[in-house]
Amino acid sequence: MNTTRLIIVAVGGQGNLLASRVIGEAALLSDIDVRMSEIHGMAQRGGVVESSIVFGDAQSTVISNGEADVLLGFEPSETLRALNKCNLNTVVITNLAKLPSFTVTTGKSVYPDLDVLQELIRKKTAKLIAFDAASMAVKAGNILSVNMVLLGALIQTHTIPLSAKNVKEAIIKRTRKVFVDSNLKAFDLGFSAAQELG
Amino acid sequence: MHKLLAEHPGLKMLLLGNEAIARGAVEAGVAVATTYPGTPSSEISTNFFQISRESNLYFEYSTNEKVALEVAAATANSGVRSMCVMKHVGMNVAADVFMTLAYIGVKGGLVIVTADDPYMFSSQNEQDNRYYGKFSGLPVVEPSSVQEAKDMVAYAFEISEKLQQPVIFRTTTRINHSTAPVVFGEIKSAETSGDISKDPFNQVPVPAVARILHAKLLSKLETAENMSENSEYNFIMGNGAWGIICNGVSYNYVSDAAKDLNIEHLVKIFRIGFSHPMPGVMIKGFLKESEKVLIVEEGEPFMEETVKMLAQEEKLTLPILGKSQKYFSRLYEFDPALVRQSMATCFDVAYTPAKVPDLSDIPEIPERPPNLCAGCSHRATFYAVKKASEGMDTICPTDIGCYTLGFLPPLAMGDFLICMGASAGVSCGFSIKTNKKVISFIGDSTFFHSGIPGLINAVYNNHDFTMVILDNGTTAMTGHQPNPGVDMKKLNIDGYGMVSIEKIVRAVGVSHITVIRPYRVKKSIDAVKEALNFKGVSVVISKEICTLYARGLKKARGKPFFVSDKCKGHKDCINELACPAFFIEDNMVQIDPVMCSGCSVCAQICPEHAILPIRDT
Repeated sequence: MNTTRLIIVAVGGQGNLLASRVIGEAALLSDIDVRMSEIHGMAQRGGVVESSIVFGDAQSTVISNGEADVLLGFEPSETLRALNKCNLNTVVITNLAKLPSFTVTTGKSVYPDLDVLQELIRKKTAKLIAFDAASMAVKAGNILSVNMVLLGALIQTHTIPLSAKNVKEAIIKRTRKVFVDSNLKAFDLGFSAAQELG
Repeated sequence: MHKLLAEHPGLKMLLLGNEAIARGAVEAGVAVATTYPGTPSSEISTNFFQISRESNLYFEYSTNEKVALEVAAATANSGVRSMCVMKHVGMNVAADVFMTLAYIGVKGGLVIVTADDPYMFSSQNEQDNRYYGKFSGLPVVEPSSVQEAKDMVAYAFEISEKLQQPVIFRTTTRINHSTAPVVFGEIKSAETSGDISKDPFNQVPVPAVARILHAKLLSKLETAENMSENSEYNFIMGNGAWGIICNGVSYNYVSDAAKDLNIEHLVKIFRIGFSHPMPGVMIKGFLKESEKVLIVEEGEPFMEETVKMLAQEEKLTLPILGKSQKYFSRLYEFDPALVRQSMATCFDVAYTPAKVPDLSDIPEIPERPPNLCAGCSHRATFYAVKKASEGMDTICPTDIGCYTLGFLPPLAMGDFLICMGASAGVSCGFSIKTNKKVISFIGDSTFFHSGIPGLINAVYNNHDFTMVILDNGTTAMTGHQPNPGVDMKKLNIDGYGMVSIEKIVRAVGVSHITVIRPYRVKKSIDAVKEALNFKGVSVVISKEICTLYARGLKKARGKPFFVSDKCKGHKDCINELACPAFFIEDNMVQIDPVMCSGCSVCAQICPEHAILPIRDT
C-alpha cells in the first residue's frame, strides 16, 4: 500500500487530538496501517497543536516539510502557517472561522486577509476546500464539533484511505455518548459541504 | 476496568507511546511504580495512578526524582519488580542515587524510564541520557516504535533480574507522544509482597565494600555486553555493502529512506535497541563487511564514538561517517527528509527533495505564543509583585512551571532560570554581590521538589531576598498531578497525608512570612511591599487554585466581567495584565465572557472602575 501523509493543525482546545484519535481508530477498524505523532506541550495554554498521521507502508510518525499529501487546518491562519508542509500536489482543507491570537485581538498585530490567504494557498497547492466549519458545528448542535465537521470534509475528498462508514463507527466508539449524535450530524454536514465545494 | 488492564493477549489497541510503556509494565508484572511528573514522560504515570486504584500496583508521586528512585531502589531490593519514571533532566536529580545503586544492584527488576526531549519541545536542555548508561555502567535499552515501547519493558525487567542491576529505558518525545496500534501480550501477575535479606557487605558501600562492589559492577558490565551481542533488539536488516547503524526513531527514518531512495538492496541496516553496552563483536563484524558506514542517531555521537573505537581495535580504515563529518547535527530532532538527504549524500545516490513552496509572498502570520490562562492566579501574583517593587532595582530568579511564562512581557517577571528548585539557591547568590533587591518565584510542587534546601541555606547563611511561593494547589504544567501540599480528601482519595508549605517555611526559621490571596490586588500589593522592605529572608505564599484545574474539577466560578461604557480606553487592563480574555472591537476593550473566569483583577486596576460583573438577567 502506498503511503499517505496527513497533517492536522489547530489551536489548543479545538479538538484536534480527538479528531486524530478517531482517524487512528477508524484505520484500526479497517485494518489499515497507521501511526501518528503529536506535539501538544502547551496546548491548553493557547498554543498550536500539530498532529502528523501516516497511513500505509512507512515507519516514520513525523512528516517533513513539503511532504504532506493532505493538510487539514482547523484555523485559517494556522493553515497558512503550515503551508511549508505542503507541495504542489497537496490537498488542503481549512476551516475559515478565525481564532485570532491575543496579539491580534489587542491590536498589536494584523490577521491576514482571508481572501488573500485562500488565494495564496490555492496558488501553492493542488486544491483548496475552505468553508466556515464553526457555523456548521453550531447547526449540528454543538460548537465544539468543529473537529467532526472538518473530519467529514476530509473523508469526502477521498485523500486518505478511510471510508465514511468506518470513521462514523470510530466516532460512535471514541467520542462521549452525549455528543455522538451531534458529532455524527457535524460529520455529515462537513461531508456535504466538501461535496458542494469539490 | 482501565483499558491497559485488559486480559486479552493478541488484542490490538491504539495506544500512545506512554500508554504502551505503562501496558508493558503491567504485562511484566510491575509491583511498584514511582515518579516525579515531567513532559514527555507524564502520561506513563497518569496511567499508573489510575491503574493503581483498581489493581495490586503500588504507585506514588514522589516529591522529586531522587526520592522516587530511592523508593524504587528499596522495593526492587525487597525483590519486587519496580519502575521509576522521569523526564531526562530528572535523571540529574536522581543521579546521586543512581550512580551508587549501580554498585549495590537490585534483587527484583528495576527499570528506570528516562524520557529525553530532542528539540526541547518542553524542556530546558536536550541532554542525551544514553551517557548515563556509560557513566554508571548500567544497561540502556531504547525502543524505535510504539509496539516496541511496550514489548521492551518486559525485556528490560528480564535483563535487570539476570544482571541484578537497574536498567535504563530511554525514550525520546517522538516515542512517548506517537500513537500506533499495539498488540497486547499476556499479563504476568505482580508480586504482592517482598522482603530484604540483610547483606551489609554488599549493600552498605563504605569504602572497603565499595571497592569490591565496583569490581563486581565491571564484571556485570561484561555479562551485559554478552547480552547485548545476543539481544533480539540488536539486529541487522539487508546485506548490501553500505552500512548504516541507527537507534530509536532514526531507525524508522532510515528504513523509510532506504525504500524511498530505492537502495534497500545496497544497504545493510544495523538497528541498535540495546545501546549500552554496545554489541562490540557484532559491530566489528558489521564494519568488516561494509565499504562505508553512516551512523544515524539524534543527540550526541554516542554510538559513533564507540563504533570508531571498535574500528581502531580492528585496525579498520573504512569511512565511518556521522556527526563529526557534519552529515548530522547534534542539535534538535531528525525528520525523514533530513535523514533521506544525508543518506543520499553519503552514498552518492540521486535524490530530488520534495519542493517546499516558495513562501516569500506569505504575509506575516501573527505568532501564538503560550500565555498564562485567562484568570490565572500567577498573573495576579506577578502583577502585585511588579507594583510592589516599582522603583526598586530588582532581579527575579524564577523556576520551572507554568509561572515561568511570567517572564514574557508585559509582566516580565523572570530574569534567571536554571532547573527545578534553583530559584532559591541562585537568589542566595545574587543577594551576596549585587546591590539589587532579589525576588524569587517558585511553585508549590517545585518548592517541595527541591526549593526547601535553598531556603534553609538562605536562613542559615543569613541572605537577603524575598521568596514568592506560587501555591496553586497542583502540579499544573505537566497535567495537574497532586503534590504533598494537596488535600487529597478533597479529591475523594483516601490514604494520603498533607504537608503545609506555611508550616515548613515557619519551621525553617523565616521570620517574615505572609500569606496572600492574589485576587485581592491592593491587599496583596501592600503585603508584598512589606515583605520586600524586610531585611533578611522573607517569604510570600500566594495561595489561589489553578483556574484551569478548578474548571476541570467543575468548581464554582466567579461571574464573568464585562467592560461598561465608563471605559475611557486607558487600556491598563490589556497593557499591564495581557489576560487572553480581552479583545478589542471597534477600538473598545471587550471581555470574552466564556474565557473570563471572574477573577476580578482587571476590575480592581481599572482607573475608571469600568469593568463590572455581568449581572444575572
